[in-house]
Amino acid sequence: MVSGLTVNERQRALVVLALLAIVGMAMAAFGAMRGDLLQVHGFVVLLFSLVVLAPVLKGYFAPEPPAERLHDYYDDPIKVGIILSMIWAVFGMGVGDWVAWLLAFPDMTFDAAWSSFGRLRPVHTTGVIFGFGGSALIATSFHVMQRTSRARLADQFSPWFVLIGYQLFCILAVSGYLIGITQSKEYAEPEWYADIWLVVVWVVYLLLYLRTLARRKEPHIYVANWYYLAFILVVAILHIVNNLAVPASFAGVKSYSAFSGVQDAMTQWWYGHNAVAFFLTAGFLGMLYYYLPKRAERPIYSYRMSIVGFWGITFFYMWAGSHHLHYTALPDWVQTLGMTFSLMLLIPSWIAAGNALATLNGAWHRVRDDAALRFMMMAAIFYGLSTFEGSFMAIRPVNALSHYTDWTVAHVHAGVLGWDALITFGAFYALVPWLWKRERMYSPVLVEVHFWLALAGTLIYVFAMWNSGIIQGLMWRTYNDSGTLTYSFLDTMIAMHPYYIARAIGGLLFLTGTLIACYNIWMTIRRPAPRAAPAGDTPLPQPGAPLPANPQPAE
Amino acid sequence: MAVEEHKRERDPRTGHMMTGHEWNGIKELNTPVPRVVWIFLILTFLFGLGYWIMMPAWPIGTTYTKGLLDTNQHKIVTAKVQRAATDRARWTDQIAARDIGAVRADPALMAFVREDGHRLFGDNCAACHGINATGGQGRGFPNLTDGDWLWGGSPDEIAHTIAVGVNSPASPETRVSQMLAFGRDGLLDNDTVIAVATYVQSLSDPASAKGKAAAITKGREAFAANCAVCHGPQGHGNQQLGVPNLTDGTWLYGGDFDSIYTSIYEGRHGEMPAWEHRLTPVERRILTLYLLDKGGRS
Repeated sequence: MVSGLTVNERQRALVVLALLAIVGMAMAAFGAMRGDLLQVHGFVVLLFSLVVLAPVLKGYFAPEPPAERLHDYYDDPIKVGIILSMIWAVFGMGVGDWVAWLLAFPDMTFDAAWSSFGRLRPVHTTGVIFGFGGSALIATSFHVMQRTSRARLADQFSPWFVLIGYQLFCILAVSGYLIGITQSKEYAEPEWYADIWLVVVWVVYLLLYLRTLARRKEPHIYVANWYYLAFILVVAILHIVNNLAVPASFAGVKSYSAFSGVQDAMTQWWYGHNAVAFFLTAGFLGMLYYYLPKRAERPIYSYRMSIVGFWGITFFYMWAGSHHLHYTALPDWVQTLGMTFSLMLLIPSWIAAGNALATLNGAWHRVRDDAALRFMMMAAIFYGLSTFEGSFMAIRPVNALSHYTDWTVAHVHAGVLGWDALITFGAFYALVPWLWKRERMYSPVLVEVHFWLALAGTLIYVFAMWNSGIIQGLMWRTYNDSGTLTYSFLDTMIAMHPYYIARAIGGLLFLTGTLIACYNIWMTIRRPAPRAAPAGDTPLPQPGAPLPANPQPAE
Repeated sequence: MAVEEHKRERDPRTGHMMTGHEWNGIKELNTPVPRVVWIFLILTFLFGLGYWIMMPAWPIGTTYTKGLLDTNQHKIVTAKVQRAATDRARWTDQIAARDIGAVRADPALMAFVREDGHRLFGDNCAACHGINATGGQGRGFPNLTDGDWLWGGSPDEIAHTIAVGVNSPASPETRVSQMLAFGRDGLLDNDTVIAVATYVQSLSDPASAKGKAAAITKGREAFAANCAVCHGPQGHGNQQLGVPNLTDGTWLYGGDFDSIYTSIYEGRHGEMPAWEHRLTPVERRILTLYLLDKGGRS
């Protein structure tokens, strides 16, 4: 990997890592002076820079890479990204299943602060959304942008900076929760210094994407790139605005949000719902729009539906966040806008899902035989189901029943397990043999096993939480003839207990599938390469050679 | 190939035209957006439009469009809460006004008490006393169904305990009670603590005294000198001070030797919150009735 970098790039890596180590030491020193938790994170940063430094130093004296490499796609960071993503998947889903059991049996905390639900839950959400999902999005975006632009990544240094720098953000986030560092904003828990670091990483990511697109040899920009770009651009905006805060001290972890009261709540849920929209939806739609037609070997069903879907999704989602705050101190008119735009959002969402499923017309025999493609098909179905459910739950009277119950948890997991995770696994099963130049995955049977475990796990999870949530919501609003509430909160907890166990079992099935995927991917990588490379990519234009197809003017 | 040639290409499978775009082998059909999609897109927009006209919707400067229905969720919920309170008043007024004994004798009122008491107890008391009010086994939360009361089981005493709590910083009137840490604070040496624990255990469990005559004698003397002032010369306790009876086999913190030893050595200082700020007088009265009912039935 390092031997593929030029000496100049290796030096740049050393400089960045040295600066990072110095920042880590400074954080540790300033934190220690005030007895602040910042010192722990200073050591985390220092240790991280040293761990990354090791391979850079090891490969530092390798000979300069041949110039011919520039005539091919740059896939090293994608490969590392896939592996990192799978490590986060095991970690994040493992913690998720642990907290699922913890909810069923709340005594499993060993009387230790780090093991309480309040600290482990964000470890789970950050581990799966940002660790697993984010790394997968970065890795696949590097792949898709190169293939659909027929251009090599704009340079070799920034993809590594983005991928590895992003890992540092995730590690700071997760380790912080365990020792009690959080700004208590859901999905935006990391404190100010981690947030600033993510801004740096993200700006480099955006620039890399734009620079690579600018080098494209295709006249048009493919729809997957629209979605990836929307993901990168809007996540930057959301992240910066929602995390505006004043640090209590530059030598401490604590900061105070720039917003207060209902404005804070509204900003948080504008962020929160658009994180669902642009992180968990737009980015993964980019994945869907490339890997599904590529794997099915069918044309996208409708270019026009792609356009209407994209602009509908990006426009309507922006308004929908306030549906998280129905029946609160938020003014009525903001709730109205949140609900109505959520309803209008349904159609563009279904256009995207329908466009994907209609693309499979003429490839259903492949869906039957190829579990990787079936992962993607099932993901599109779950995407359609959960967007319907989301619009439905945004209707105020429905929300009155569903809000604060496990129904919300069911909805989220139908989305993240059924949609985001399945499309990612489908994409990885397609991508791993392509990138490592193998004929196929090590074991197609294990891909099948994974598919059914993941599907069964998702269904068990979602049905358990639907039952639990609706029972819970109904119990909360059941009245006696005397005009008083029938059930105490404790009664609802007792009613939910069997569903909590079912949920944990569903999660365990899903986690088992992920472990099988790790094994299968690992064995595919370890298998010696066949002589012919079956990646099936259109090659980059070679220097001196005439341009292949005549690029069309942009319309 | 020119653009026009691409446009003429037709997908043999679906019969739709291609756009002529291609990325790494991925092509696109130029299929029109199905009419049903436009219809539903328009329908959802029309619904939104109608909703905006009827309901508070769009901000304008410092105010917003009020909507034809002129609704306000705060007014709605306030009215609903008031209506519900009026609805409940037909029986809550009677419970508040009538004598406790009269309420207990009225089956219709007691049916309300059992319904609402279950919810009130579950939401406020069950976290410590358990959903069935049977207390926490050996963890200092008394069983409220066994007729054995620390601070008295009359309606007034129970109501007072609920209102002011025990050792509660939230109420100046709170009931105060503390078991001293005789061992830890050096009031008694360790051997004496062991002897007193042996003696106290024997009060409710005579069989445990077998073969420990010396310890019993020593424990009895130390008990008379140190413990009897609160627990009484016979260890029967004192409900005026919330002092438990040590002879009845009912234990707050466990009746085995180790638990008794720990109670004497480390002391005990349980706390019950005062509920007078959180629960209304009627709600506390319902809880009192609910407990009398529970205790009476067990």
